[in-house]
Amino acid sequence: MKVLVTVKEVQQVEDEFEIEGTSIDERYLEYDLNEWDDYAVEEAVRLEEGDVADEVVAVTVGPERSEETIRMALAKGADRAVRIWDDAIEDAGLLGVGAKAELLAAVVEEEEPDLVLAGVQADDDQFGATGVALAERIGFQWAAVVNTLDHDSLEGGAAAVRRELEGGVEELTEVDVPAVLTIQTGINEPRYASLRGIRQAQRKEIAQMGLGDLGLDASALDGDVELTGMYEPETESDATFFEGDAGEQAGQLAELLRDQGVVDA
Amino acid sequence: MILAVAEHRRGELRDVSLELLTAGRELADAGDEELHVAVVSGDVDAYAEDLDREGVDAVHTVAHGEEFNHDVYRQVVVQLLEALDPSVLLMPNSVNGLDYAPAVAETLDLPLVTDAVGLERDGALEVAREMYGGKVETTVEVDTEPVAVTVRGGEWPPAEGTGDAAVEAFEADVDESQVRSTVTGFEEVGAGDVDISEAEFIVSIGRGIEEEENLPLVEALAEVTGATLASSRPIVDNEWLPKNRQVGQSGKVVTPDVYVAIGISGAVQHVAGMKGAETIVAVNTDPNAPIFDIADYGVVGDLFEVVPALIEEFGGEAPDV
Repeated sequence: MKVLVTVKEVQQVEDEFEIEGTSIDERYLEYDLNEWDDYAVEEAVRLEEGDVADEVVAVTVGPERSEETIRMALAKGADRAVRIWDDAIEDAGLLGVGAKAELLAAVVEEEEPDLVLAGVQADDDQFGATGVALAERIGFQWAAVVNTLDHDSLEGGAAAVRRELEGGVEELTEVDVPAVLTIQTGINEPRYASLRGIRQAQRKEIAQMGLGDLGLDASALDGDVELTGMYEPETESDATFFEGDAGEQAGQLAELLRDQGVVDA
Repeated sequence: MILAVAEHRRGELRDVSLELLTAGRELADAGDEELHVAVVSGDVDAYAEDLDREGVDAVHTVAHGEEFNHDVYRQVVVQLLEALDPSVLLMPNSVNGLDYAPAVAETLDLPLVTDAVGLERDGALEVAREMYGGKVETTVEVDTEPVAVTVRGGEWPPAEGTGDAAVEAFEADVDESQVRSTVTGFEEVGAGDVDISEAEFIVSIGRGIEEEENLPLVEALAEVTGATLASSRPIVDNEWLPKNRQVGQSGKVVTPDVYVAIGISGAVQHVAGMKGAETIVAVNTDPNAPIFDIADYGVVGDLFEVVPALIEEFGGEAPDV
């Protein structure tokens, strides 16, 4: 079984930042592997380690800078990676759900995986929709927000999963394979890359593909959803703040807790 | 027409269904349109009665199966769209909403905007949504119709009153060969030694604790103050505390007299589980952390200094971490 994992290098914003037009000023950004994708990579690597999968391919849509992040996925055990990017994608700005699904679908066509694992959402744009949109586009079954995957079930042609619903309820579901599963945090404990893994990752292949390589043209990037504004939410805090050093703050807090009658000590 | 799709689970409409009606009515008023709502699977007649609130013009019922199944929902909602031709399709931004909304949008090639926290229409539809974990709010514009939108729970008040909506059974044609997933059951998780939803005083810990080795610090605080220890999601994901300690959308909803959030930024999923606390105290290094927006009292400071000092205030001894 071949597993494709979608990964994204996400932007993380420092506590203090400035907005330039409809984006965050580059100076206040850091880049990291999307948290949900880290769990998806781990699940895929465990499938390979358990001999359920025989190849794990990571795919990303991102500029050259993102190779550093993609190498993290390779260092953790993915076998190789595909990075989709070219000037047209760079110029397109924020990609909509449909555009991302179309780019990834072209890679699925090329790679023909049996299972696609995607993070539930990306930390930065928080759409939470690409995995399911991709499944529909490529005709795979799917399950969203999976927090348990029964590895043995995959051998029988179906994926037995648990979906994490709201309010501490899990739904037990079986979906036909091939399938796209969107992976929730907590499904496993992602490993840290080992030094050996990091060394090996340097030799693993990251194939770069542009729209032309995928048999697409710029119309694939068209979307009707346009980002028109970005602003800091107005702080609505009307909290009473305890001032002073840590000891003084703790003193006032202790007094409050006694006044509220929740602590007798 | 605005078309909203209700959500239910195990025999009950979920709150977000009634909130969708409020959001939908606002949009309908802006465009001088009707508001319709569809309910699929389960006891649709009972749900329809409950959904017939003030401002709802029609309820479309589709009796097919009991519980949510994304293959059924995708087919039915696609057919509703084709039959009713709404300008905006509203769905919940819930775990189940996100299990079918992208598939509907993809099938019909509709623009999709998820996790809406605000909606306005003046010609084009303008959707407010957050990015970067709530650090910024954005607006996105869509100037074609129809458009599919998923709406965040808890952002609009539930629709009230009783309407005089026409309740009509919608004849959907569900192709069973296209139903390729089966829901085999549900399970409540997070049972265990403690029920935090009953606690009167909660000390809750988040990502700010940094390492599992630092947990004894907050455990000592809980001990000396007699508080029940709870946490935000990352702590449970890391298995530093069991699932029954998790406060939030996918964990427990708590309503203590006092909730002390330590090193918790206040993501919307966490806030959903604790905003009903009588008094909320937050300790965080980041003065802009969203937790302070709902806190009654705040301490901007380092928990590794404030918590030991607090333990000593109550006559305890802070462990070395």
